[in-house]
Amino acid sequence: MTDKLITEDDVVASLRSGMTIAIGGWGSRRKPMSIVRAICRSSLTDLTVLSHAGPDLGLLCASGKVRRAIYAFATLDTIPLEPHFRRARESGAITDEPLDEGLVHLGLQAAAWRVPFLPTRVGLGSDLLRDNPTLRSITSPFDDAESLLAMPAFQLDAAICHLNRSDARGNAMFLGPDLYWDDLMLQAAPTGGRFVSTEQVVPTDALASEGCIHQLRISRMMVDGVVEAPGGAHFTTCAPDYGRDEDFQKEYAASASSPEAWLAFRTAWIDLPEPDYQKKVASR
Amino acid sequence: MSDPIAVPPGAAIPAGAPDLAGGGDIAALAAEVGITRAEVCIVAVAECFRGDGEILANPIGLIPVLGGRLARATFEPLLCCTDGEAQLIANDEIFPGPESPGGLTASPDKVVEYWNPYRSMFDWVWSGRRHVMMGATQIDRYGNQNFAAIGDYAQPKVQLLGYRGAPGNTINCVTSYWIPKQGPRVFVESVDTVTGVGWDRAAALGLDSAARFFEVRRVVTNLATYDFDTPDHRMRLRSLHPGVTVDEVVAASAFEVVVPDEVPTSRLPTPDELHLIREVLDPRNLRSSEVSD
Repeated sequence: MTDKLITEDDVVASLRSGMTIAIGGWGSRRKPMSIVRAICRSSLTDLTVLSHAGPDLGLLCASGKVRRAIYAFATLDTIPLEPHFRRARESGAITDEPLDEGLVHLGLQAAAWRVPFLPTRVGLGSDLLRDNPTLRSITSPFDDAESLLAMPAFQLDAAICHLNRSDARGNAMFLGPDLYWDDLMLQAAPTGGRFVSTEQVVPTDALASEGCIHQLRISRMMVDGVVEAPGGAHFTTCAPDYGRDEDFQKEYAASASSPEAWLAFRTAWIDLPEPDYQKKVASR
Repeated sequence: MSDPIAVPPGAAIPAGAPDLAGGGDIAALAAEVGITRAEVCIVAVAECFRGDGEILANPIGLIPVLGGRLARATFEPLLCCTDGEAQLIANDEIFPGPESPGGLTASPDKVVEYWNPYRSMFDWVWSGRRHVMMGATQIDRYGNQNFAAIGDYAQPKVQLLGYRGAPGNTINCVTSYWIPKQGPRVFVESVDTVTGVGWDRAAALGLDSAARFFEVRRVVTNLATYDFDTPDHRMRLRSLHPGVTVDEVVAASAFEVVVPDEVPTSRLPTPDELHLIREVLDPRNLRSSEVSD
């Protein structure tokens, strides 16, 4: 049996500055935060981050890791707007590739299916064609000659997701309400760059009984490395294992108020090894 | 909160009753029976979904959700409604409040009729089986909507949510808007970024070709309701909420709203609707925190 168990630092070591990285989850839900924290501590820079964004994008922006964001929204759910992302956008610290959520879906699907684009009406008439130069207008080659938009396949270098359970080979399952786009992100990324962190690694023969068989949606064919990271989605929700740490999230959001506040938050919650972080959270 | 039993049957006002006095008489009646502006707004939202049949009514925000549920509980029983996350819920009670541990708004009383993860939403939107009611930070006379950013998009003065699903919603399915606080900075001459497509841009694409599934139907605000039933699809005042005058609406709009010669007053909830709103849908009266009198 091939064991793919690695650490957050191993994931970081396989990434390079300038890469385009997809991050799974949605808003402040089931984000691979332990790996995000490790990236924040690393020397990586100039990343392009594709995300249904929450504090993953916010933390990476605040840590100066992001050159470009590919996103349809950035929210903390119970706090409607992601404050660190706002600062990064309003200060001009990052460039921007806005999309509709559905275009994110199509860009991932196109990449996973290895076609250059997928056609859609989504975006026609809006300012997306003004604000995102990667999009193109096309005409249907059939008799209808319809005007459509071509959503290009994302060119990912890596994808990072957090799942509730996994085996050591990368078969993984979500136990909460929604898989989000985790499977498509992993399928859209190239072999060698597909990482899953998980609350708990279980033997393969115990995996299916951890939940409903229909939640077993990540195959080892989509995964190159598995990080066992209990609490790894903190402070985002990882239902049903744990909910969002709303008090912590408020502190995180407040740290966008000034450079000093961010430095204090960073010192307290980023610049420490992940096991220490988890111990510190547990003792709060 | 007044007792719904105290509402006389005569409080039911038929839709479209003209009232040139800016709704004074109906306003007096509304005040007499204790009907709030929030309740009028909920009914106005419900009316947006009239005739929609068996599609996903997807109102976003508290008053819109209450309106969608009210429509289903009364005159539009085939509508499907979400729990705001990944389920379609068959019963009408709303289960608001802070998320329970795990981020699930689980309730033993919820009747789940479908698993509806985010990705399924595109199946409804792109096939036209959905009527969404979104918010707007800015909206113009043709219903172009912005909730992405204020100012120059490249480096905005204020970064807001992003494009979210607005481009795809508006070009593919029926869209209405809810504005809890209408004012000239919301009803603007032109929006800074077009996230949701309006009627002028849809017409430029072709209402019988690329934009043939486009329909921005209605705008409901704390002051009035609007539609686009004009020759060039400019926004038209459809009804004034009881007690609101045309002058107030004009002052709360930076563009020229089309004002017909006769403007009806938004209808009041029927006794049955009031009972549903107060006792079933929103017994905790969260609605009054979004729209006050």
